[in-house]
Amino acid sequence: MKRLNIITGHYGSGKTEFAINYALRLKEVFGSATICDMDIVNPYFRTYDASGFLTQSGIKVIAPEYAGTNLDLPSLPSDIFSVFADRSAAAVLDVGGDEDGAIALGQYYPHIKQEDYDMFMVVNTKRPDTADAESIIRLAREIQAVSRCKITAIVNNANLSYLSGKDDFIGSFKVLDEVSQKLSVPVKYIAGSPEILAQLDTETEKFPMQLFMQLPFDAFA
Amino acid sequence: MGNKVLMKGNEALAEAAIRAGCRHFFGYPITPQTEVSAYMAKKMPKIGGTFLQAESEVSAINMVYGAGGAGVRVMTSSSSPGISLKQEGISYIAGADVPCVIVNIVRGGPGLGGIQPAQSDYFQATKGGGHGDYHLVVLAPSSIQEMVDLTADAFDIGDKYRCPVMIMGDGMLGQMMEPVEFKDTDVSDLPEKEWATSGTGMKRKKNIINSLFIEASELEDLVLERQQRYDEIIKNEVRYEAIDTEGADIILVAYGTTARIAKTAMAKAKELGYKVGIIRPITLWPFPFEAFEKALSSGTKKTFLSVEMSMGQMVEDVRLAVNGRADVEFFGRTGGIVPTPKEILAKIVEIGGAK
Repeated sequence: MKRLNIITGHYGSGKTEFAINYALRLKEVFGSATICDMDIVNPYFRTYDASGFLTQSGIKVIAPEYAGTNLDLPSLPSDIFSVFADRSAAAVLDVGGDEDGAIALGQYYPHIKQEDYDMFMVVNTKRPDTADAESIIRLAREIQAVSRCKITAIVNNANLSYLSGKDDFIGSFKVLDEVSQKLSVPVKYIAGSPEILAQLDTETEKFPMQLFMQLPFDAFA
Repeated sequence: MGNKVLMKGNEALAEAAIRAGCRHFFGYPITPQTEVSAYMAKKMPKIGGTFLQAESEVSAINMVYGAGGAGVRVMTSSSSPGISLKQEGISYIAGADVPCVIVNIVRGGPGLGGIQPAQSDYFQATKGGGHGDYHLVVLAPSSIQEMVDLTADAFDIGDKYRCPVMIMGDGMLGQMMEPVEFKDTDVSDLPEKEWATSGTGMKRKKNIINSLFIEASELEDLVLERQQRYDEIIKNEVRYEAIDTEGADIILVAYGTTARIAKTAMAKAKELGYKVGIIRPITLWPFPFEAFEKALSSGTKKTFLSVEMSMGQMVEDVRLAVNGRADVEFFGRTGGIVPTPKEILAKIVEIGGAK
C-alpha cells in the first residue's frame, strides 16, 4: 500500500465506500490515516456523512466546510494541503464522480506528481454508463485528462446495492480485463461484501468492505 | 434480475423520460435535481433530441409550452425555488391544454431554503401554485423503480387528458441509488395530436394554442369542459398503496421517501404489539380519498397520522378525507431534516399509549 491514495470513478461506482474502507485499512498498516472528502458534485451520500465513525476510528477527516449543510458550494478546504506537507502520513483522497469531480484534483497535481501515489478507478459494471469496456476507457481517459494524474489500479466493484449478489460480477471480469489490457493498468482488487466475495472464485485480491452509506429507511436505529 | 442496473434517481428519471419518447428537454440546473439536466445534456444529442439549458427557469417552462404545443413529448425539471419561478408558465400551459411533464425534486424552503430533502411543496403542487382554475396531476414515487414507471405513465396521462403532469420526488429520491429495471415500452405509434401546431400541410385549418379568451362565456365554457376532464382523471387515475388498514388502530399516511421511513417504523411498532397500517398516496392530486373510505368502513376506532417532510400540508387533505370520522394527528420534520423511523415510532407510541 502506498501512502497517498486517490479514489476516482463514475458517480455511483462505490468510490466513497471503497475510500472509507481503504482508509480503515491504511490506519491498520500505517498507524494513522487521513481521508479527504473532495466531492464537489454530490450534495448527499459522501464521506463526510461517515465522519463520526471515522473520527472515532482514529481517522482524520478533512471535508469542505459546507459538506452536509444546506449550502451547495463546491469549495475545498485549505487543510487538504496538509496531506502533501506531511509525507509520512497515509491519506485517501475521495474525489467526486466522473471527470466533473476529478477536475478538483487538477490543482493538487504539482504536489501529487512529486511522489509515488496510487490512483484507483472504482468501476461498477452494473452502472449503465460503465457497463462496457469502451465507456470505462473513455471515462478513465477523461478523468486522467482533467486531473493530470495517472490511474494506477482498477477496482472491480460490480454491485446492485441492496440486491447485490455474486451474479453481479458475471461479465465484469471480462470487461475489466479488456480495460486493464488497453489501459495497461491492473485490476488490483475485487471489492464487495465479505459474504459475496466468499462465493467468488478469482485470482484477483479480494477487498471485503463494510458499508457506510445508509438510507434513512434502511435500519431502525 | 438479469436486466437490473444501478442508477441514481435523477438519472433513472431522465432515462425513463427518453424511453417514453421524450426528445425535448428544457431546464436549468439546481440541486438536488441537477443530474436530470446533466443526463439529458449528455444523452439528447446522441439520439437526435434537443437539450437546452435555458437562461432561467422562466424561459425553460415557456420553451416547454412551445414544444408541447407543437405536439412533442417534452419535459422540464427543477427543484423547489425553480418550480416557483415556473408557476406562471405552468398556469399558461394548463390554460392552453398542453401536455408536458414537470419534475420537482423538492428541497427545503421557503425562499432559497436549502439543498437537503423536503416535501414542503405539497400545497404548491396540489392546490394551484399558479393562478386560475386548474390542476396538475401530481405523481409521487417512493422508490427509483416507481419513479421510472411513473415517468412513462406521466407522459401517457398528459397526452390522454391534455394536461401538465408533475412528478414530485424529494431530494433523497433524486440523489439515492437503487437497482432499477426499464420495461420495454413501444412509443413508435403514439396517438396523433390533432390539436397540435405542427403545421397544416395546407390540408387542414390551422390550430391555435392559446390561454386568452376575449369573451368571458367562451372562457367559462372551456374551464367547464376542462373540469370534466379533471373529473375523468379523478375517476380513472387515482393511485395509492394501502397496507393493513382495515384492522389497524393507527393508520400512517405518508408519501415518497417518508412512506418508506414510515414503513420501517410500522414494522417495529407491530413487533411491539401496535396495530398499525399505512396509506401511501401515489397520486397527490387526485388525492386517494377512496383509500380512506375503505379504511374507515371497517368500523373500529382509528387515528390517522400524517407523516411529512413539511409542517402539516398533506394533513389537510387527510382531514378532508376523514371528514371528522376519526382523529387526525401530524408528525413532520422540515428545513431539510429527514424524519427517522425512531421518531415516527415515538409518535405511534404517544398515540397508542405505552404497551
